[in-house]
Amino acid sequence: MSNSSDATAVRLEEVRKTYHTGEVEVHAVRGVSIEIGQGEFVALMGSSGSGKSTLMNILGCLDRPTAGRYFLDGEDVSSLSRDELADVRNRKLGFVFQSFNLLSRTSALENVELPLLYSEIALTSAQLREKAEQVLASVGLEGRGDHTPSQLSGGQQQRVAIARALINDPEVILADEPTGNLDSRTSVEVMEIFQTLNEKGITIIMVTHEQDIASYARRNIVMRDGLVCDDIVVQNRFNATAELEKKTAAEALEAAV
Amino acid sequence: MIPKNFTRRLRLLSTFKIAARALRRNKLRSALTALGIIIGVGAVIAMVSIGNGAKAQVEAQIAGLGENIILIFSGSTTASGIRTGWGGAGTLKIEDAEAIRREVPAVTLVSEEVVSTAQVMAGNQNWFTRIYGESADYFDLRQWALADGAPFTDQDVRSANKVCVVGRTTATQIFGSEDVVGQVLRVKNVPFQITGVLTPKGLTSQGTDQDDIVIMPYTSAMKRVLGGGTTLRNINAQVASPGDLAPAQQQIIALLRQRHNIREGRDDDFTVRNQEEIAAAQTATTETMTALLAGVAVISLIVGGIGIMNIMLVSVTERTREIGTRMAVGAHGRDILTQFLIEAISLSAVGGIIGIILGIVSAKVLAAVKNWPSLISPGSIVAAFLVSAAVGVFFGFYPARKAAQLDPIDALRYE
Repeated sequence: MSNSSDATAVRLEEVRKTYHTGEVEVHAVRGVSIEIGQGEFVALMGSSGSGKSTLMNILGCLDRPTAGRYFLDGEDVSSLSRDELADVRNRKLGFVFQSFNLLSRTSALENVELPLLYSEIALTSAQLREKAEQVLASVGLEGRGDHTPSQLSGGQQQRVAIARALINDPEVILADEPTGNLDSRTSVEVMEIFQTLNEKGITIIMVTHEQDIASYARRNIVMRDGLVCDDIVVQNRFNATAELEKKTAAEALEAAV
Repeated sequence: MIPKNFTRRLRLLSTFKIAARALRRNKLRSALTALGIIIGVGAVIAMVSIGNGAKAQVEAQIAGLGENIILIFSGSTTASGIRTGWGGAGTLKIEDAEAIRREVPAVTLVSEEVVSTAQVMAGNQNWFTRIYGESADYFDLRQWALADGAPFTDQDVRSANKVCVVGRTTATQIFGSEDVVGQVLRVKNVPFQITGVLTPKGLTSQGTDQDDIVIMPYTSAMKRVLGGGTTLRNINAQVASPGDLAPAQQQIIALLRQRHNIREGRDDDFTVRNQEEIAAAQTATTETMTALLAGVAVISLIVGGIGIMNIMLVSVTERTREIGTRMAVGAHGRDILTQFLIEAISLSAVGGIIGIILGIVSAKVLAAVKNWPSLISPGSIVAAFLVSAAVGVFFGFYPARKAAQLDPIDALRYE
């Protein structure tokens, strides 16, 4: 994976999604065309009802568009079957959720291994474990592999979830309000991980409604009423590492006073 | 490219891993769910084996009466409207037995029988027991061998000698040992010499100790224990083969009616039964009991199955988000279906195996405590195991399908 943004990771062409709830037709997404290159870090924003969640579901191959086409890594995935979509999710996507969605009473290692158990690649238990340990280490959780979610803090749980998203070497990481359940410092820590991963060339699409979180991304796409209303490159982008240092300094100062 | 069926097999393999992990996560719930099946299968096996044991015991007892036996009881079941019970009215004479011996060619052995109870004594010990008066043919007729000594002889019967054979219980109660041949036993203050000790037969299905008995020549019993009298309680006759039972029975009836001067159209003053009729009645009783026990056990198995379905349904609801997560990271609906099915089947299969062990152990323990034979039939083990696995599939399928059909988006958002 290169850092150059020439290749396209995601391309949406006039994507629409209409729900039928009883008599009423709800046009959640009304013709969205966007292109996201490899190595981009996009924040998808918008108020509730703007269609950003629906668009995220389509991007995540959890839902199919009613009309329009969706190319993921050059492959048209807009009309795949349920099982084919599951395989695409397994091979090309990594999910990070607001509420982590880790399996309870299950060790961090086993949680991280989960996508590999549904993959076409067959690995032995030892290989699974080794790979999971590597990925856990890359998000700063060395030696915590045997902890269960209840033994980990919120930030640590989200790191386990990020490790789970990374284990299949996905094309795109989709994060749905990844900092929604975290305090501000932990949120920045998660952003630091995202920025580091992005530096390595991993494409990240993140839904958020917090402007300051969106400022860690390279590009912000804002939705309103089922349409893209704004698509901007982030000026004065936040650097998570620098922000963390500032916070640490501020806390030290507070402690001194 | 890896062949498709190969990857599918690997996928099934990892689904097994996933299911095993899921079961391990909920150890208590898994154990409680399996418990329903454990009890169900255990009950089926224990009940069926006890039922079989009871049946075998009854059959053994009936066989213990001897083979091809016809029993002729004194008195009718309906004599002039007054029902006296078998052996109630003294209508059978010693001469009747002689006549059967002489005139019914199919009859090979005959034993005249009188029955009493008495306090028997030896030294400073005494014991209340049953006294049977029989002919010397009795031991062959009942196929009742002696553990020690010898039976009394035809000569003893003819002379009404003071000799007897005792059962093991009587021997140990009076003498404290089984080594009693040659000892003297006082029955109603008459000294009888013990010529032999019977092999033990154990309890009847009604709980009577068959070894608590003294057997002596019927002549001696009539003269010295019953204090005179010439009537018999019953006559035991044996024929050579089962085919002879019905004709011999008819001949005996005709002979006795003639001897007792019973006119055409009047009821018999005796009752004739053959062993097969008694066996059929007793076997039918135990079969009913076995069926009843098995029925109760099967119900508990079904309740166990419903328990599995209940737990699996609850667990599908409770694990909705987990299912959503699994689907998000690439699980097919079929993977989820297989996982839940494997969980259900594993629970019921493991429950089945433990249940089989428990069933065998409890059947053995019950048999030992109650002194029943326990017959563990391999058929009931195989059937119980298959049923428990089938229960897993049957009751696991609905919740599994429900889980597999969840929409990943809804499942992920489920609170």
